[in-house]
Amino acid sequence: MVVFKKPHALSDVPLHYCPGCTHGIVHRLVAEVIDELGIEGKTIGIAPVGCSVMAYNYFECDMIEAAHGRAPAVATGVKRANPDNIVFTYQGDGDLASIGTAETVHSAARNENITVIFINNAIYGMTGGQMAPTSLPGQVTQTSPYGRDVNLCGYPVKICEMLSELEGPEYLERVTVNSVKQIKNAKRAIKKAFQNQIDGKGFSLIEVISSCPTNWGMTPQAALKWIDEKMIPYYPLGVYKDRSAEKKEAEQ
Amino acid sequence: MNKLTFRTDNCKGCGLCVDVCPKGVLALAEDIINKKGHHPVTAVKPDLCIACAFCATMCPDCIIEVEKGV
Repeated sequence: MVVFKKPHALSDVPLHYCPGCTHGIVHRLVAEVIDELGIEGKTIGIAPVGCSVMAYNYFECDMIEAAHGRAPAVATGVKRANPDNIVFTYQGDGDLASIGTAETVHSAARNENITVIFINNAIYGMTGGQMAPTSLPGQVTQTSPYGRDVNLCGYPVKICEMLSELEGPEYLERVTVNSVKQIKNAKRAIKKAFQNQIDGKGFSLIEVISSCPTNWGMTPQAALKWIDEKMIPYYPLGVYKDRSAEKKEAEQ
Repeated sequence: MNKLTFRTDNCKGCGLCVDVCPKGVLALAEDIINKKGHHPVTAVKPDLCIACAFCATMCPDCIIEVEKGV
């Protein structure tokens, strides 16, 4: 009996990510969810700019490459023109939380019926490890060699907390993938985000706290530990908004 | 008997699977270099495998296939 094999929706192309990068895990989780829901034929993915810019090579479903940060805007157009298709975007923190903040906030405010997978690794990975809007206070990066000074560079952007203040979005959850238990939890969250879209409930965003061993300057193992020690205290995991659950509670 | 299959050429030798295995089945093969230039993972104690698939769940490159009772 096969206990585990590569999901069909994930292509055979070798991933270009650095050794130990958790992008690969999240790619696989998305592909597994597409397989389990049986939606490979009608799913359209929107690839971002950043480390995951070549995500279009890795999924077997149709993919579109968006301009930097504009994936939710492209997804809005695709979903409105093809309401029967399942549309997801896969974005990093430099894409979604920096140059694409406007698109993210407004697609959430409009409650567009799309699924957003947001990879937060607190650094700009592809361009060589510069400070990102999500870099932690005091975090050493290429452009903050003495640690991020909040008086000079401001505070990190907490996307889930920020969007949860809006009335629009249907579902917001922050998960991580630094252990087997957390990976299973992340898969549940991603599946719910896709199911919400199938049910026509609206905007679902899953923020995945990820590691960047290369640009954090650590081994893959140490990077996973760093997530527990530094990232999660600043970015607490959990469900930030679940409008269906709130509605159900209000009815009872 | 449980069976582990590796797509060895895609392995980047990050070792996350080695750490997560509860039975110490896996190790990086120090004497092998794959196409990418990494030391790929191999099963050094395949008899101890309990087919929990923790290694495959943790693998960022999805190179491990786990079969139970082969």
